[in-house]
Amino acid sequence: MAEIADDGGGHKKGGKKRAKKQSTRIDMTPMVDLGFLLLTFFVLTSTFSKPKSMEISFPAPIDNQTKPPEVKNGITLILTKDNRIFYYKGQFNAPNNPDGKPATELSETTFSSGGLHKILLEMNTYANDEIAKLETKVKNRQLADTAFKRLAMDAKGDKRSLTALVKTDDQATYKNVVDAVDELNVCLVGKYVIVDMTAPEYALLTAKIK
Amino acid sequence: MSKIKMAKGSPSLDMTPMVDLAFLLVTFFMLTASFRMAEPVVVDPPASHSDKTLPDNTILVTVDNQGRPYFGVSNAEAKLATLMKMSDKYKVKFTDDQIRKFGGMSSFGVDINDLPKYIDASENERQKFPTKGVPNDSLKNPQLSDWVRYAAQETNGIYIRERDAAKAAGKDFMGEKVRYAIKADGKAKYISVKAVLKTFTDMKIYRFNLITSLEGGEKKATEEEKK
Repeated sequence: MAEIADDGGGHKKGGKKRAKKQSTRIDMTPMVDLGFLLLTFFVLTSTFSKPKSMEISFPAPIDNQTKPPEVKNGITLILTKDNRIFYYKGQFNAPNNPDGKPATELSETTFSSGGLHKILLEMNTYANDEIAKLETKVKNRQLADTAFKRLAMDAKGDKRSLTALVKTDDQATYKNVVDAVDELNVCLVGKYVIVDMTAPEYALLTAKIK
Repeated sequence: MSKIKMAKGSPSLDMTPMVDLAFLLVTFFMLTASFRMAEPVVVDPPASHSDKTLPDNTILVTVDNQGRPYFGVSNAEAKLATLMKMSDKYKVKFTDDQIRKFGGMSSFGVDINDLPKYIDASENERQKFPTKGVPNDSLKNPQLSDWVRYAAQETNGIYIRERDAAKAAGKDFMGEKVRYAIKADGKAKYISVKAVLKTFTDMKIYRFNLITSLEGGEKKATEEEKK
């Protein structure tokens, strides 16, 4: 074991006086044991303590006078109880609307990779393709990282990429919302917002989940 | 045939370097470790793929699985200053001892009138403390929004003061602006989180950090449960 060896110097003044024969070695085993115990404790407790977080922005409230902008490539996700999720594509069309468009119907999907993830990827091909192209450019050293970030933002904000609205009723859990937003982030959807449901949408939903 | 000779050297080996290294590591971990303060309630945040770490300077609102809001500030100086302002506004007196203890608490979820009693309670009693969270009624009892408003004022004041002091001294300023974090339980109803979000958006605060756990084994477990 680790030991301090010391020959017990000194005591040589008085000629005949004998030097002490006792060894001055100290057994350091307990100290080293304690040292390792503390090491183990700190290694196990200190790492992984920093929580992860997801950054999100909410829209500033707008007055009711302004008409919401026309969205071409859009999806509306409606979350409700029992982890169920409904969606419709494009604009909401009320039944018997004056434009003669077919009324909006809700389709159901799931949070699994075959459900929501697939739908979002299909609808957001533009941003995904553009960003994949940019990534290969970065790999081939044709593009700087900072430029990549800016161009990726532009691709996500482009008109051709997907716009998503997330709406919930009273029954949806916080986990559902975070899952949906996380899925949007994974599918590189840059334009999304969590908003309140409109009355016709709510009527449609209650009819569907009855 | 000659006999195999045993090695004569002693079987003990010099462990000094190993022990030196071990103590070096102990010192390192002891100095870098930051201890989390005890939280008033166990919250199980949902998982996400985000790998951003939470900034250090935060105003945190925790929402437990029953939708009750809890309030906390990471900056110790701002925490105490906020308490003073709240104490003035709601005419609740705190003793010096209570103020000191409050500085050591991470977050709390009680009405300000119950706060002195809550601070005096022991760790175990706090767990059982009857509470409805920090009152968050924008018309009758907007305590949560007051806590957030004062805490934001204080932390921003400290940020600006430190930045100017660093500028005057000609040093680089490393401080962070305050971020608003929300840590909610996955089982909480979204409307209770929405009520908290509304408190912030009413104050023109629109950017949040939602605290999540890292996507991993947890999600698989819930999927297996369904089967």
